[in-house]
Amino acid sequence: MPGITIPALLGQLLLGLINGSFYALLSLGLAIIFGLLNVINFAHGALYMLGAFVGWALLHYLGLGYWWALIIAPLVVGALGMVLERTMLRRLYRLDPLYNLLLTFGIALIIQGLFQTKFGSSGEPYAIPELLRGVKDLGFMVLPIYRGWVTVVSLVICLATWFVIERTKLGSYLRAATENPALVQAFGINVPRMVMMTYGVGVALAAFAGVLAAPIYRVSPGMGAETIIVVFAVVVIGGMGSIMGSIVTGFALGLVEALTKVFYPPASSTVVFAVMALVLLVRPAGLFGKAP
Amino acid sequence: MSNPAKIALTLCAAASLVAACKKSDAPAGDKITIGVLTDMTGLYADLAGQGSVEAAKMAVEEMGGKVAGMTVEVVSADHQNKPDVGSTTARDWFDSKGVDVIVDVPTSSVALAVSEIAKTNNKVFLASGAGSSDLSGKKCSPNTIHWAYDTWALANATGREIVKNGGDTWFFLAADYAFGASLEADVTKVVEASGGKVLGDVKHPLNAPDFSSFLVQAQASKAKIIGLANAGGDTINAIKQAAEFGIVSKGQKLAGLLVFISDVNALGLETAQGLIISESFYWDRDDATRAWSKKFADRHDGKMPTMVQAGVYSSVLHYLKAIAELKSAKDGKAVVAKMEAMPTDDVVFGKGSIDPNGRKRHPMYVYEVKAPSESKGKWDYYKLIRQVPADQAFRAPADSSCPLVAGAAPAAGSAAPATK
Repeated sequence: MPGITIPALLGQLLLGLINGSFYALLSLGLAIIFGLLNVINFAHGALYMLGAFVGWALLHYLGLGYWWALIIAPLVVGALGMVLERTMLRRLYRLDPLYNLLLTFGIALIIQGLFQTKFGSSGEPYAIPELLRGVKDLGFMVLPIYRGWVTVVSLVICLATWFVIERTKLGSYLRAATENPALVQAFGINVPRMVMMTYGVGVALAAFAGVLAAPIYRVSPGMGAETIIVVFAVVVIGGMGSIMGSIVTGFALGLVEALTKVFYPPASSTVVFAVMALVLLVRPAGLFGKAP
Repeated sequence: MSNPAKIALTLCAAASLVAACKKSDAPAGDKITIGVLTDMTGLYADLAGQGSVEAAKMAVEEMGGKVAGMTVEVVSADHQNKPDVGSTTARDWFDSKGVDVIVDVPTSSVALAVSEIAKTNNKVFLASGAGSSDLSGKKCSPNTIHWAYDTWALANATGREIVKNGGDTWFFLAADYAFGASLEADVTKVVEASGGKVLGDVKHPLNAPDFSSFLVQAQASKAKIIGLANAGGDTINAIKQAAEFGIVSKGQKLAGLLVFISDVNALGLETAQGLIISESFYWDRDDATRAWSKKFADRHDGKMPTMVQAGVYSSVLHYLKAIAELKSAKDGKAVVAKMEAMPTDDVVFGKGSIDPNGRKRHPMYVYEVKAPSESKGKWDYYKLIRQVPADQAFRAPADSSCPLVAGAAPAAGSAAPATK
């Protein structure tokens, strides 16, 4: 786009960071699940959508607003995730990870199909909470307050998660359990329960992102499928299972996308995959991944 | 897992499998088969989709399920908004499944492909879902009738109404495919002919979840009107996020160039109120449309019909009436000629006619979306601003660049509809 000014570009980059915060939050959940369970969780997008719908249902049927939804939706979806882990995923740990990929992929299609049948494809309305409505004029752009909130919250959640896993005792148990489950079990730690909880937390993050997304995007059955492919690209670029990698890459890809939207908008939905192909050629393990 | 690159490839392969295919088998025989080719699961599934199938069935039932001694059957398939998938299904239907007519097709790029295939096979194509005015313009065909609406009619009705009310500078957010380009071009002509100016545009990818960047560009253009040359989920997201960015409260206005009632339902009146839109059908227009729509809603989860679904009903009904007179569905060209020769009349569009370029002609209506306080309940969404009579609602055949029309200026594009 000719004649673009520096302030306008700044505005676009800020928007990129905001979109990146969704990618980061979603890819973080995927990275935790892959890093600690070795499961490629294709159901992640469907669970993100489920989070948004739980938020919508809470408001629609029970009159519970956004703030309740932010707490309740992750709990509900996290619990469902733990049930999935205990009843299905667990049986496939001994096999090639591709089996769990297919299982979660099937689960995603089923959840999405059920919601499609019940709610149709256009989705349901969900308003921005009263407290976060309105815009702030930053001089170089108009920033909706809600978007600012989303960025701050997801950054806090991302860093807190990283801290728990990399810097606390609980995190060290988790990481040890993935290295050598038998040994950790021998120390009296209930490894299967810990794995179940991890999956629960991973998908709860997806549901949390879903509630955050509800006032911005359509609450529709397809919302997960639209986003998840990009998010997988983020995880692959960042390095499968690398937690910091997925956070940094999430935000960085938001920026790349933002620049594409300014200079050549039609390519904005594909640029992520071009980057992914490039990274895989140069660093097959991803930017932050350990070489096999 | 030892090889991340391998996983990545597997992920991509699995992703492409999402596009699962649904097809119905229909053996050929001494009967008429109507193929509803539509979007069953994507962003247009609510405005067409299963509702279009129901609408086609309602028309068949109204004719008693039989025409000229032949039983009438309805089959359906999902074209996934992909021209290659749509083309393959259309060829398969015509070649080996005995389908005589394809209806609906809510994506212009798919519809343009299907129109060609119908011509090659001498079958019939009745487009209701697609918008591109090229279907009855330079890409017109003796085997195709464009039914419910088109981009020219939308541009003419919405564009003129808005410019007349002072909206004389425009910025477009256009979906990056045939329909978006066609709609933007048609509206641009109307705006410029009415004395307005287009300041710029952004072509966004189909099915884009985030419009913030495009909206900020539109905001920076300082145009009075932001024209949304897109449809379905894209329009919903754009309007929802425009509200979030305070576009309307800062004085710019949105023009939804193709907004369906299913979109308004998904947006909620709180967000959609005040939008100026054009439709060829609204369920609450008169007693006849209310009665028909209620019947439709009863068999479609309580959802009111869109103009696309109404168009599918109307087109199938008229098709079957033509077959009843012709006593044969074999020669597609002859069927379309017969349909064009007969005046149209049904509860959804009233009395109408079909132009020689394959354009169905009926009135268009300009509506404003009600405020929540004005609405009496679910689906009570529109108030009428203006009716565009049938003779002005659609492009004159002579201006269509359609080679089938004697005297149509070839490739000159459609003249802007000045007052006529």
